[in-house]
Amino acid sequence: MIVNLNGQEHEVTDGITVERLLLDLGIRGPLAVELNRRVCPKRLHGQRQLNPGDVIEIVTIVGGG
Amino acid sequence: MTPKNPDKPLKLGPFEFQSRLFVGTGKYPTFEIMQQALEASGCEVVTVAVRRESLYDTQQRNILDFIDRDRFTLLPNTAGCFSAEDAVRCARLGREMLELDWVKLEVLADKQTLLPDVVGTLSATRQLVDDGFTVLVYTSDDPVTALALEEAGAACVMPLAAPIGSGQGILNPNNIRIILERAHVPIIVDAGVGTASDVTVAMELGADGVLLNTGVACADDPVRMAWAMKHALQAGRQAYLAGRIPKKLYASASSPQEGTIAPA
Repeated sequence: MIVNLNGQEHEVTDGITVERLLLDLGIRGPLAVELNRRVCPKRLHGQRQLNPGDVIEIVTIVGGG
Repeated sequence: MTPKNPDKPLKLGPFEFQSRLFVGTGKYPTFEIMQQALEASGCEVVTVAVRRESLYDTQQRNILDFIDRDRFTLLPNTAGCFSAEDAVRCARLGREMLELDWVKLEVLADKQTLLPDVVGTLSATRQLVDDGFTVLVYTSDDPVTALALEEAGAACVMPLAAPIGSGQGILNPNNIRIILERAHVPIIVDAGVGTASDVTVAMELGADGVLLNTGVACADDPVRMAWAMKHALQAGRQAYLAGRIPKKLYASASSPQEGTIAPA
């Protein structure tokens, strides 16, 4: 199925969890996930499954003023 | 020698700080230079930004590997947000990531001036205060807006000296003075600081602190400039606490007027 990940279409397996997606992407370090414009808290990453067309933002910390 | 009466700490929400200089972490030539500059500045609070994770280069170094969180308190910002809604989302993502419920709120109006959208800023302040955030809010130097933000529950109002990254120094000291006279929350001058004397001027006016980034990060020698900013802030703060003399139109001799030798 197709989801929107950080502004781009991205193919994932049906029913994938947020936790699995993060593992597949190989992202480490500080991050936060937003699902359809609401924060998806860390404690829910393991159970929250994605649906087709979901809009996901994965963010990190960068330098700024 | 340091002054006999120690300064009181700066209180912001649940935090207390000895240093009144807040330093940004953007635009340094390298993470290592940033690290040395933060050290030289003596700051205790550093601002950071929230941005999309790079999905294709996951081996990049993260800035947090270069900031000792036992020593520096991170202050996530909402820089780059051009609507109240996006700024609120960004603040919530920062809170989720850093487990800190304070934020430097910015809602910007346009990309060329980066001036604050004060209407959106006010709306976002209300939403974030309702959501339990300690809100430090970046705004224009307009006293009416500053007081409206205080009324909305901001823990700290941060009027600009000049546009972000412009290095022009305090363009309207009279407005900053009016804000300082009327506000009841801490006032931190944020943005537009170009060099050390700009920091001193802000503190002499009575500002509770200064937040800067570009003036240090883009100086020829960021570490030396960070050191200069630290001392400029201390000089301005002590001068404010000491109480300056009023400006007079005419001279007032420093040496006795009596007992001078006979004029030729």
